[in-house]
Amino acid sequence: MAVFRFPVPLSSEITPKNVFLNRRSFMAAAAGASLLPSFPAFAEGNPDAKKLTATASTFSTTDEKTPYDAVIAYNNFYEFGTAKEDPAENAASLTTNPWTIKVDGMINNPGTIGIEDLLAMPLEERIYRLRCVEAWSMVVPWIGFSLADLIKKYDVQGSAKYVAFETLVRPEEMSGQQGSALDWPYVEGLRMDEAMHPLAMVAVGLYGEVMPNQNGAPVRIIVPWKYGFKSIKSVVRMAFVEQQPPTTWNIQAPSEYGFYSNVNPEVDHPRWSQAQERRVGTGLFAERISTLPFNGYGEQVASLYSGMDLRVNF
Amino acid sequence: MQLPQFQNRVIKSVPEWLVYVVGFAPAAWLVYSAFTGGLGFDPARSLEKEIGQWALKFLLVSLAVTPFWHLTGINLAKYRRALGLIAFGYVAVHLATYTGLDKQFNLGEIIEDIWKRPYITIGMGAFVLLLPLAITSNAASVKRLGAATWKKLHKLVYLIVPLGALHYVMLTKTWQLEPMLYLAAALLLLVLRHRIFDLRARPQRRAAPTPNLAQAGSLAP
Repeated sequence: MAVFRFPVPLSSEITPKNVFLNRRSFMAAAAGASLLPSFPAFAEGNPDAKKLTATASTFSTTDEKTPYDAVIAYNNFYEFGTAKEDPAENAASLTTNPWTIKVDGMINNPGTIGIEDLLAMPLEERIYRLRCVEAWSMVVPWIGFSLADLIKKYDVQGSAKYVAFETLVRPEEMSGQQGSALDWPYVEGLRMDEAMHPLAMVAVGLYGEVMPNQNGAPVRIIVPWKYGFKSIKSVVRMAFVEQQPPTTWNIQAPSEYGFYSNVNPEVDHPRWSQAQERRVGTGLFAERISTLPFNGYGEQVASLYSGMDLRVNF
Repeated sequence: MQLPQFQNRVIKSVPEWLVYVVGFAPAAWLVYSAFTGGLGFDPARSLEKEIGQWALKFLLVSLAVTPFWHLTGINLAKYRRALGLIAFGYVAVHLATYTGLDKQFNLGEIIEDIWKRPYITIGMGAFVLLLPLAITSNAASVKRLGAATWKKLHKLVYLIVPLGALHYVMLTKTWQLEPMLYLAAALLLLVLRHRIFDLRARPQRRAAPTPNLAQAGSLAP
């Protein structure tokens, strides 16, 4: 049996510690201080959408961004239908304000947090690769902050090992929920150390504007090293729990979708090879891209899984 | 029986080439759209899916010719070969899209797909079974094989169509209505073919088509 090897970076690629610790000033110096400070939105996008102000992030990839039009037109969001174009057609009906996330479970200060509080957090633009389990991918400039910064607001009990998330159930506004494509609510979860990893993100927007409804408005989680379905949309609940929480696609087909679902070109989905991906919006004859372990974020996250057999824990 | 007779006269006056032109029009439109950005942001996948659906539609229609005749008296048997060959054309384009645009001629991956993924095994199996039918859809083949053998060979279509529909049902991530409708239609036509629901009087069937040179090569006997 092939053994997964964690990618070891060349020593020349390892950032010296002093540069890493001062990475913001380093980046600012490198890019020219005037280029980096807060920028208001983009010319691209929906002129009617509320704009967000965000700072650039050192986590951003230099991969070419997927055009805005593709990002908002090609979506998997079964709450609004199973076809890729369904969410863009049907999601306008979703009311995203008022919106609260209920935070409960094994914490000493349970409560709710409103979308206005989330939008008031210091926002960053992070350009992440998004790899769907269906072997397509995108590069999206999300707006948001580290999930860890939200979790740190709560007094989580030591026995909490996982964080569970839940999507809104509102069939009258979410037409896909009138059918039974999946069990509603959509549920997802992360191990506590995964949730606390700085790459894991609470996203409230993309391309400089508030989150379009079809992309999981008004607030979703982004876990860029996992298949897209782990990045749960339109979140209304976050619960800290001791046991590994149930997750929607794992319930649907346990042999096809594991709890971890880290992007892994060496572990095939029964229906697709995961070795390569099609980058959405690059045209009919665009060459396939080789999929990277952990979606190219292995250097940052592989250590979370040291000692685990990633073929068993797929 | 005045009405079907009139309709049958009209139908007989339609030339076969016109069926091909109309039948391949959606393919031409889809390929044109794929090249000009009309198929969205994942055009290879859209083309693959749309062409595959049309292949199933034409397979179902070619299978429906005889039950339709039995139920309505309207006889489309003259065009069954055209319908079958159009279906084969769509299957071929579907396979070419998969091979060229989706897998980019990566033979290793294609073989792995056929070996490891049941829905592709089944789809490819249906294609292989369809090949001899397409190849023998001409008068010379009926002559060479003899009408009885030819008819027997072309009964394969009753296996091919449900396999094609099953291929579609199995590739979606959840149970979805559309592929289930194709499978239901395929199974219904199989049942109709076994004449359980054949409501027409017996004499009608005495005129049932036997392969002759005029309609040789029809996909369904």
